[in-house]
Amino acid sequence: MSAFVIRRLLQAFLVMALMSVIVFFGVNVIGDPVYMLVSPDADQAELEAAIARLGLDRPIWEQYLLFLQGALRGDLGNSFIFGEPALKLIFHHMPATLELAFSALFLSVVIGIPLGLYAGLYPDNPISKGIMAGSILGFSLPTFWVGLMLIMVFAVELGWLPSTGRGDTATFLGIESSLFTADGLSHLFLPALNLALLKISLAVRLTRAGVREAMGQDYVKFARAKGLSTRRIIFVHVLKNIMIPVVTVMGLEFGSLIGFSVVTETIFAWPGMGKLLIDAILQLDRPVVVAYLMIIVLFFVIINLIVDILYSILDPRVRLQDQGA
Amino acid sequence: MTAVLEVEGLKTHFFTRAGVVKAVDGVDFSVAKGEVMGLVGESGSGKSITGFSILGLIDPPGRIVEGAIRFNGEDIAGASEERLKTLRGNRIAMIFQDPMMTLNPVLRIDTQMIEAILAHEKVDKREAWERSRDALGLVGIPSPEERLQAYPHQLSGGMRQRVAIATAFLNRPDLIIADEPTTALDVTIQAQIIHEAQKLTRQTGTAMIWITHDLAVVAGLADRISVMYAGRIVEQGETDLVIDHPLHPYTVGLLGSVPSANKRGERLYQIEGMTPNMLDLPEGCAFAPRCRWATDACTPPPGVQTVDGRQIRCVHPRREGVTA
Ligand SMILES: Nc1ncnc2c1ncn2[C@@H]1O[C@H](COP(=O)(O)OP(=O)(O)OP(=O)(O)O)[C@@H](O)[C@H]1O
Ligand code: SF4
Ligand SMILES: [Mg+2]
Repeated sequence: MSAFVIRRLLQAFLVMALMSVIVFFGVNVIGDPVYMLVSPDADQAELEAAIARLGLDRPIWEQYLLFLQGALRGDLGNSFIFGEPALKLIFHHMPATLELAFSALFLSVVIGIPLGLYAGLYPDNPISKGIMAGSILGFSLPTFWVGLMLIMVFAVELGWLPSTGRGDTATFLGIESSLFTADGLSHLFLPALNLALLKISLAVRLTRAGVREAMGQDYVKFARAKGLSTRRIIFVHVLKNIMIPVVTVMGLEFGSLIGFSVVTETIFAWPGMGKLLIDAILQLDRPVVVAYLMIIVLFFVIINLIVDILYSILDPRVRLQDQGA
Repeated sequence: MTAVLEVEGLKTHFFTRAGVVKAVDGVDFSVAKGEVMGLVGESGSGKSITGFSILGLIDPPGRIVEGAIRFNGEDIAGASEERLKTLRGNRIAMIFQDPMMTLNPVLRIDTQMIEAILAHEKVDKREAWERSRDALGLVGIPSPEERLQAYPHQLSGGMRQRVAIATAFLNRPDLIIADEPTTALDVTIQAQIIHEAQKLTRQTGTAMIWITHDLAVVAGLADRISVMYAGRIVEQGETDLVIDHPLHPYTVGLLGSVPSANKRGERLYQIEGMTPNMLDLPEGCAFAPRCRWATDACTPPPGVQTVDGRQIRCVHPRREGVTA
């Protein structure tokens, strides 16, 4: 187990190093941030001073080595725009994004799994067919369009929920979140639902497919032949089996929830990392873009590790060993 | 002897898009207390569906369309799901063919055995655990306490089938339906399992229906044999009679294809022709297309007649000296 974790950490380190190269050089190809920072009527000397101040006068490989040097000390550079450390900016915006992503994950699990279970148990029922049709819509409608529609209907027409911002936050157990105030929750609901839509559909489909498959298995027939109650068969025998793929996939999807939150945050003006990223891209604030992407890579790596460990807990046939990948 | 189970005119059909599959189409038999009946036939002849019909485990598009299943005198063919649940695993238990698939891979053995007791009796967990342990001991599993904590994948196929058998015997049922329980196992394990099962039925007086496609397996185990073909029982009688003097041409063919029945060096006899298409059975005797002795007389479906102490469905029984 510990050998497995160490191995995975080494792999993770390698992935991070590789990504840093790709991200750093990639970002350096687009635009010239200096013109965003210096007034249009600045003279040559001012321009050169600005370039030197940002360190952009050095050769690109030297810039990268400097970045790497800083990165090893936990410093991913200062924002060109705000002059603050990029990491600090990201951490400042992270709670809002995490709160949104976790809420979306929560919604997809509590809505998606029961619906999928129902559709899997009664495949020919009209309600099940409705659920499946809905899940196709959830997959195919673009997130931004659904977001706008949610705002139109629930915020503009009905006026039930606010359309933008994070609302009031409160601190509980050292965590500051809008989950802890009624106003915060009302602000959170629409964006979380918008972000969750795709994952709800995914959870529905995964669960339904899993239930359909499990119901035809001999172990379910044997459980029935033992005279067990339907409840026990569904909630112990079937659900425990299908939780394995569902947890794996939903866990892995958490990274993409954070990624997709860029769209949702933009539409709902949610002050998270995604919005920070879009602003940084528009202003060619390279250090913030690089720092954001590195953090996202780190997220994916950590999520993968956690999912692997969870998987081994759920499925007794899998034991984490220092073999294979 | 009192009959534990009497099946009369049982018909279980599947209403598929392609047509009606008459998987079981007029089956009669009975099993007495402590008796072992072998139910033999080729793949697709309806053996498993017969077993599942008894337990009320036929799922749509299938359904029991006719017939009576009298269990200890009570007709359970149309019984409510609630009533059937109290019988399943309690008074009638079933064992399946593939031990790799019958145990739930993510639940421990103790969970899967204890739940079988708790579903039918209000006992405390400790007692259920002890009974599970003793049952594992009875089927020849060494150090049962440890095995109870194992997950199925940690046990061999033979061990898993023993667990399934032990589970079937947990509530001391009156009847066990064993659906090819040894087919997936190798020959030595097969012999051991048959031995254990036989011993247990003797000790407990449990009646058993042992389903197989291999006559050799039931020859030493069953008191009586029913041979099934295309949803019907074509020959039924005492094991020795059926094995030594088969009357129905299909039984003759089945016996010919058992290796031990062939003289050394002789070519293994195979029943000619294809297994029947259940969607498109011949009008008369279903075996006619493959039967060497078929005549025009076989076209109205042959009814059941008693010949030499057996019930057979054939107009030209293969009695010595009788040729058609
Ligand atoms: N769900 C179903 N839908 C349609 N036909 C079915 C269904 N289940 C079984 N059948 C048909 O019923 C017939 C009998 O099946 P059954 O499983 O009882 O055969 P079997 O004698 O047990 O064979 P095997 O030795 O292969 O287990 C087969 O022809 C099969 O195609
Ligand atoms: S009834 Fe005719 S066709 Fe059928 S088994 Fe007997 S002899 Fe053969
Ligand atoms: Mg079968």
